[in-house]
Amino acid sequence: MRGVGSQAPIASYALIGDCRTAALVSREGSVDWLCLPRFDSPSIFGTLLDPARGGHFTIRPIGAFESERRYIGRTNVLETTFRTPTGALRLVDFIPVTDEEEKRRTLRPDFTLARRVECLAGEVEIEAVCDARPDYGHTAPRVSGSDRLGHTLEFDSRAFIIRSELPLEQRGGATALAGRARLRAGERRWIVLGFSDIAPAVLPSPGDRMDEYLATTLAWWEAWAARLRYTGPHLDAVVRSALALKLLCFAPSGAVIAAPTTSLPEEIGGTSNWDYRYCWLRDASLTTAALFGLGCTAEAESFLSWMLHATRLTWPELQVLYTVYGDAAVTERELPELSGYAGSRPVRVGNGAHDQLQIDVYGEVVNAAFDFVQRGGRLDPASARMLAGFGKTVCRRWREPDEGIWETRGGRRHHTLSKAMCWIALDRLVRLGEAGQVRVPVPALAAERAAIRLAVESHGYSQASGSYVAVFDSEELDASLLLLGLHGYVDPRSQRMQASYARIRERLGVGPLLYRNRSGRDGISVDEGCFGICSFWGVEQRARQGDRAAAESDFITLLGYANDVGLFAEEIDPASGAALGNFPQAFTHIGLINAALALESPAGAARKSASAKNHDLQVRE
Amino acid sequence: MNLGSILLWGFLATLVLTGNMAASQGLGLSRMSIPFMLGTVVVPDRSRAMVLGFAMHFVNGWIFALVYALVFQSLCIATWWLGAVGGLVHGLFVLLVLLPLLPEIHPRMATERHGPTPTRMLQPPGFLALHYGRRTPLATLVAHVAYGIILGAFYQLSSCTVH
Repeated sequence: MRGVGSQAPIASYALIGDCRTAALVSREGSVDWLCLPRFDSPSIFGTLLDPARGGHFTIRPIGAFESERRYIGRTNVLETTFRTPTGALRLVDFIPVTDEEEKRRTLRPDFTLARRVECLAGEVEIEAVCDARPDYGHTAPRVSGSDRLGHTLEFDSRAFIIRSELPLEQRGGATALAGRARLRAGERRWIVLGFSDIAPAVLPSPGDRMDEYLATTLAWWEAWAARLRYTGPHLDAVVRSALALKLLCFAPSGAVIAAPTTSLPEEIGGTSNWDYRYCWLRDASLTTAALFGLGCTAEAESFLSWMLHATRLTWPELQVLYTVYGDAAVTERELPELSGYAGSRPVRVGNGAHDQLQIDVYGEVVNAAFDFVQRGGRLDPASARMLAGFGKTVCRRWREPDEGIWETRGGRRHHTLSKAMCWIALDRLVRLGEAGQVRVPVPALAAERAAIRLAVESHGYSQASGSYVAVFDSEELDASLLLLGLHGYVDPRSQRMQASYARIRERLGVGPLLYRNRSGRDGISVDEGCFGICSFWGVEQRARQGDRAAAESDFITLLGYANDVGLFAEEIDPASGAALGNFPQAFTHIGLINAALALESPAGAARKSASAKNHDLQVRE
Repeated sequence: MNLGSILLWGFLATLVLTGNMAASQGLGLSRMSIPFMLGTVVVPDRSRAMVLGFAMHFVNGWIFALVYALVFQSLCIATWWLGAVGGLVHGLFVLLVLLPLLPEIHPRMATERHGPTPTRMLQPPGFLALHYGRRTPLATLVAHVAYGIILGAFYQLSSCTVH
């Protein structure tokens, strides 16, 4: 059992949220990470990045206890059960959600974090500590108020209001509010945190009103999950991944963020600590494929719409990443005063990768739009013009070296995947042009497409290794090469792709876990863990090349690396199974969903392969 | 009040304002398109919304020109600097009052509180319309000051008695 306000292992966190922001809750009942009002705002609880300065909101038994937890049904409502020598206690944590119509009918706080503690058996003494430290712990809020109308924690013009059925008081004149109580079997108490940033705060109401919010929230999530279209054998894992992915969708704009955290280390004690609270275009088409595949059409179309219109400020160029509202300038800075997760420094906010060149993103965005059209969508003229503009950019820039999919900071090189994704962009535009969906110079694009393929097959494939290689005319391997087959650049069943998978597994694999690469060049640490999404790409490639039983077995093994509530981080330590990197990671869950969909329908997999093959150009070697 | 002058210079000033905002979009300074935001109040289709929005924007331009003319007439001054001041106040009013209010009344615009229900809606503009690009406030003010300058410089005062 950890002390109040200390850091927990990354995998010991669960996520709750409302599709605008999200909180990480530890097994010990502590909210150790929450940014308000949106994902990339400064934190108010940040113990995750500094146990001394970050702030937390803890409710737990006093003394020794064991805990277990689960999400209630197919929802994002978390339930933690504590067992102590004197009794049992249940803590329910959630951020209320409802539909827009209901919001118009009732006056609700802009944001509420609701926590209900209930004694199940015996008698349990509990403590609650709310130590809010706005702006990454840089500011102490002014505390005022009482238990009756709520305690107000003010910071600038913003206010957090805590209303509690437990008596709370300022601890020793500090900014923390704390209280203790003894609960007997059947007794329960609410503690509710509300937030307002511009308007007068709406007071959150503990008690009956919160029971109603809980029922509404459970019903909303259950209804959303019931619409998911998956009938395979891994329903629980897929639904949990979908629910996690949904929490990372920013509803006001449609953007999907990579993860709700910053600076959780890829190597404990290391320096690879990055801010993932932004939207990467890198996996755009895989994201839309997962959303469309599960029947989340509204989310997929919102994301596509965000991609095409929020990125207008940089059109016809695309950046690597954007904020949830499409702001292109995401300045990176370090917060030297924070001690970091397990001493992993520096803590960074913002992301300097925004000004890198990553030419694979054009293929991702165009492929996502192509997928949308293939599923019966219609491109409006403005979107069609946007796509045609990307085609011109690809023709102009595909010969340039770039930083590649992993955003390495060691200079630009000719990455095979980047070129292949340019091929994807032009191929899809040619097909959209031929179908009359986009006005593009089809012969010119087709000629460039052929030139790219020639370059990739001549310089991006090593006869010596018998594999595609990460960088032109090198022998480097990279797990991202699996995307060549998954995106349809080549047929996953082709000899070249099957051989590449075999080499990747041989050199980068630890069982079904895959490192992204082992070169240690360009700023990528050789001590990082295996990459979750790469491992699931391996499963999908294996399924699509026809090795379904082995793919199924790998998939089941990989599911074993999820934490107790089914969540994955960016990386997995193959030795200990520990989660590494920002958490939970959208791309890992996207990889899981796409792999499960490939396993669910071998016929579907074959169709995709055939589709890729039909449009394959003949390679002259 | 000189109605002919209001119609003529109101139209031309709105034309320049719209051109300014369109140029800001083309140059990657801002994603804000007032005609599009107005048009989508009526129809969801992007192309039809743009056409309708332009028409609505020009009507708005005339209405605001009428207000400017009332001010000029009441002060018995119509000059470029007074128009510029009016444009600045006008631009600030748009940024600080109208745009923040828009998500609450626009049927196809999300609010900052939207979610988790997904929908293809317009993004909310946010404080000073910064969600449409960090140079949006500047682009909006420049466009509205230009609008005011044109009206101030070219509006012909009708009979005006200075007391």
